[in-house]
This record gives sequence, structure tokens and C-alpha cells, in this order.
Amino acid sequence: MTGSALIRMSGITKTYGRGQAAFQALKGIDLAIGAGDFVAIMGPSGSGKSTAMNILGCLDTPTSGSYEFEGVQVEQLSRNQRALLRRNYLGFVFQGFNLLSRTTALENVELPLIYRGEPAAARHAAARAALEQVGLAGWEHHTPGELSGGQQQRVAIARAIVTRPAVLLADEPTGNLDTHTSQEIMDLISAFNRELGITVLMVTHESEMAAYAKRVVHFIDGRVDSDRRNGEDA
Amino acid sequence: MLWNTLLLALRAIRRNLMRSFLTILGIVIGVAAVITMVTLGNGATQSVSDQISSMGSNLLMVRPGQRYGPGAEAAAPFKSADVEAIRNQITSAQAVAPVVSLSVTAVYQARNWSTSVTGSNNDYFLAGNWELAAGRSFSETEERAGKAVCVIGESVRDKLFGRQNPVGSEIRIKQFACEVIGLLKAKGQSAMGSDQDDTVVMPLRTVQRRLTGSQDINRLSISVREGASIDAVKEQLNLLLRERRNIAENEEDDFRVMDTRQIAETLTSTTKILTMLLGAVAAVSLLVGGIGIMNIMLVSVTERTREIGIRLAIGALEREVLLQFLIEAVALSSLGGIIGIAIATAASIFLAGLMDVPYLFDPGINLLSFFFSAAIGVIFGFFPARRAAGLNPIDALRHE
Repeated sequence: MTGSALIRMSGITKTYGRGQAAFQALKGIDLAIGAGDFVAIMGPSGSGKSTAMNILGCLDTPTSGSYEFEGVQVEQLSRNQRALLRRNYLGFVFQGFNLLSRTTALENVELPLIYRGEPAAARHAAARAALEQVGLAGWEHHTPGELSGGQQQRVAIARAIVTRPAVLLADEPTGNLDTHTSQEIMDLISAFNRELGITVLMVTHESEMAAYAKRVVHFIDGRVDSDRRNGEDA
Repeated sequence: MLWNTLLLALRAIRRNLMRSFLTILGIVIGVAAVITMVTLGNGATQSVSDQISSMGSNLLMVRPGQRYGPGAEAAAPFKSADVEAIRNQITSAQAVAPVVSLSVTAVYQARNWSTSVTGSNNDYFLAGNWELAAGRSFSETEERAGKAVCVIGESVRDKLFGRQNPVGSEIRIKQFACEVIGLLKAKGQSAMGSDQDDTVVMPLRTVQRRLTGSQDINRLSISVREGASIDAVKEQLNLLLRERRNIAENEEDDFRVMDTRQIAETLTSTTKILTMLLGAVAAVSLLVGGIGIMNIMLVSVTERTREIGIRLAIGALEREVLLQFLIEAVALSSLGGIIGIAIATAASIFLAGLMDVPYLFDPGINLLSFFFSAAIGVIFGFFPARRAAGLNPIDALRHE
């Protein structure tokens, strides 16, 4: 399965600061992820899991190492090319939702489609459909301030999947939510993985959430500590 | 891409209505204040120079004595012989009008009106740029014989005759009746604020014989021929009058020659300085408006940086984000500038009417303040955005 990997990272390091104050958050990560997989990245605080996620999502650049996305060397891409890669292949869900404030749910979900240059009619239809898929039909014209945390995260998921991305990156998507709402959100994410074949990469520190994934990668101290499929014995 | 970015910019403006409103308000107040002040100042300057040019632009006034007011030394008045001498010897003098003025009460039937009588000759009309609205000026016989005839100003006509034609009627001034032979065209207020049309003009001899009882002449109005040097005429007048008044080499003049161009320059330079002062005060308000905009923009920089992070994360190109913020800044500033210009135009027209000065559209100040406000909006709206758009998306997202 390594041959058909969608994502392949090798020897990825990330150093913050320089000289005496330098801090190495990633100390050489090798990771291959196949299309359609659902990977949970776990680890304690400071283990580098979020840093790895940001590099995977092309939101940040590694200090060294190679990152291949569908056979393209990401580290050789320009800023604009990385933006286009995010636009065309990636969807993001953050712990803090990161919706545009004072902007309706519909307009938030439309945003990636506007950057893709979709015509208005197609854009509206796709955004409404995505909101319906996350169970928010009827909430189109509410702004984030008028929505609960769970609802805001649903809007964020709708915004991430409205473009039918190849990969959904979720950084602690349930970190700000109660248990019941967390389960609902995880059910949604699993459904998109199962039904639409969207590859999901999720950072979490809760094993209940990691249980939804097909594969769990443990980070400790900037390295991959364990990597196993759910259902296998530890 | 442009159309989509425009859509995003308009959504951003609508989304941040309060911020947009405050940005526009700062610009509107600044632009409106500067344009209104400068426009009114220009109108006042124009009004003063109009009034002065109605006095005759090439006029010289000669008075006995060096100074006015308290402490003015008693200098000998002029005589008719002086007028003749000037007329004969200074060829560049187009009109030489002796002037004797005094306050009188003019009576017509049951109405009376306090006005001033000026004794002079026909040169008075020429030197003062007066035109006749009706009737005629003095005949040579009337001037020589000191006949009881007069030419009256519009205000006197209005008070004594109403809308009626006064020519041919007789008005009474002190103890004698005087035939109105002409009516002067209205000139309006003088630069000093007095009503120039509140006047009755009679032949010099009539005033001297019947009203003052002396041969004295209070002052001389002299207009200089087109193309002749005013300074040269002033010089000739000085020499001639010193000689006629027997002033020794080492003595100062006991008369003064004034040039209306100098008066005009002094008066308009005052209003010009005033305009600059008002404009400067208003410019401060534009600056304060600019600082207000800067404040609003800088306060919102955290929110905007995170917003830029979100946009970059979902696949916006740096240039798309920048273009959106640029369009937003330009749209807000231009809207503010246009509203400011509209308010300034309305306020200037209204206040100009109230202050009785002409409304003069000044394209320079309109353009200048418009572009200044646009620059403020663009600089403070765009540059923080440019910095944020250059960050790694994750750094922009995590901005605190």
C-alpha cells in the first residue's frame, strides 16, 4: 500500500527559533498515508502532532525533509502553488472553528467556492447542500455568534467538504465541545470518510475520538512512537 | 477573479458596518471641513476684490495730512486751483475729481433720509466707475454756475422715491431745492462695508456755496489712464503738490497719495491669509479623521489577521486577499471622499449665500482632499493587511 500513498513524508524536521533558543518540534518524521484512510494523530502536548498537521496541510513549511502529495514535491512549490493545492485538494477543520465572524453560515461555506471561481448559482446550491449534509438545513442565515459550538463546528465541516477535497485535515475538531456533541461531530467526519472516500487526518488527544479512526499514529517528543491500525493489538 | 474579489470586498464592508461607517465618517468630516473652509475663503477673497474693482482699479486718492484719526495734524485742504494744475500738468491723469463730502438730510415730499452729499464734477463718475441708470450727468453750465442739480444713488432713490423714476423731481437738502437730473447704477457695498449707493452727487460749486460755505476741497480722486504707470503718476503728483504747497526740501509731505491697488492687495491678502488659516484648521480635522481611521484599522488588525489566515487556509492566493483589502479600502475612502465633497458643496453654497459671498468651485482643493483621504484609507486599510497576507497561514491563524 505504500506504493499508492497519497501523502508521503520522509525525514521531516521543524525547528522554531535559532541558536541557543532553537527548539526542534519535529525530529524526522516518516509517514505514508493512502487515499481513503482515516488517520488519528495522537500524542501529549508538545509532541509535535499539530506541527506535523500544519505541515501536512501546507499551512506551514518544514525545516528539512521531503513531503510528497500525489507525487508532487510540496517543498518545491511556491507560496501560490501551495495555496492552490489547499484550494483544490484540502479541507480544514480547526479546534477554534475559525469561521468568519458576523458572516452567515451560508457565506462561510461559500467562501472556498468563491476562491475557486464557481458561478453564483452553483455556489449557493453546493453550500446549501453541504449545510444540509451536516444537519444545518434552516440555519443558513445565522452568523457564528448565533450558533452553538457544535453548530459552528458543523459549519466549519460543511465549509471543508463543500469542495469535495481529497484530504480533510482536522486539528482537535472536538477540543472545544462536550462529549455528546463531540460524538456527533466524529460521526459526521467518519461518514464523510466512509461515504465520500475523503481521506481524513485528525489530531486529537482523546482516545475516544481516536477510536473512530482506522489508523492511529502516536507522536512522542517529535518522533513517531507507534503506528497501528485500529482492531490490531497494541 | 476581479468580480469575485469585488464580491468579497463588498461582503467585508457589509459585515463590518460599524467599522466601515467610522472609517467613512472620519474621511467625510475631514474632506467636508477642508473644502468648505477653503471654498468660503476663496469666495470672501473674490468678493473683496470685486468690491475694490468696482471702485476703479486705477484710482488714486489724495488727502491732506499724513495720517488719519486722532493726532492727525491739521493740513491745508486743497483748492480748485490744485485740481486745475493737476489736470494741466499731469497728462496721464484721465480724470481729476475734487471731493467735498458732508452728511445731510434729503427730503422728498413727506419722506426724509440721512445721506451724504458729495460735491464734485463729471470726472467723479469716471474715476469711481459710476454709470448712469437714468438721466444725465452735469452740464458745463451747471458745474460753472453751481446750479442746484444732483445725481442720486440707488439707495437714496429707494428711500425717497420707492420704485418711481426720480429724474425731474426736486428734493430738498437743507434750505434749498435741488433737481434730480440723474440716477446712478447700483454698486452695492464697499470693501469697507458701507453702502456706496447711499449718496447724492452735486456740482462742487453748488456744495461749496450752499452747504459748506468755503472753497475747501477735502480730497481728490484721480484715475490714471489705461497703460500709464500708476507709480509715475504718484511721483508726479507728489512733486507737483509739494511745490504748490510750498513744502521745503527737508519737510515731510503734508498730504498723502493712496493707490487703490495697494488697498486691494492689502485687503485681499488679509482674506487670503484667513483662508489659509481656516484651511489649516480644517486640515487638522482631516488629519484627526485620518488618525481615527488608523486607530480603527489597527484595533481590528488582530481580527483581520485571523481572517486573512482563514482565507489563506481555505485556498485564497496572497494577491486575492490583498486585492480584496485594497478594493475595500479604496471603496470606503472614495465613498467617504464623495460624500464629503457633496456635503462640502451643499454647505459652501448655503453658507456662501448666508455670508453674501460668491460660491466658487475650486477643483484643486476638491481633488487634493479627495486624494488625501483616499491615501489615508488605502495606507491604513491596506498595509496592515499586506503584512498579514505575507505571513505563513498558520501564523496568521494563530495571531493574538
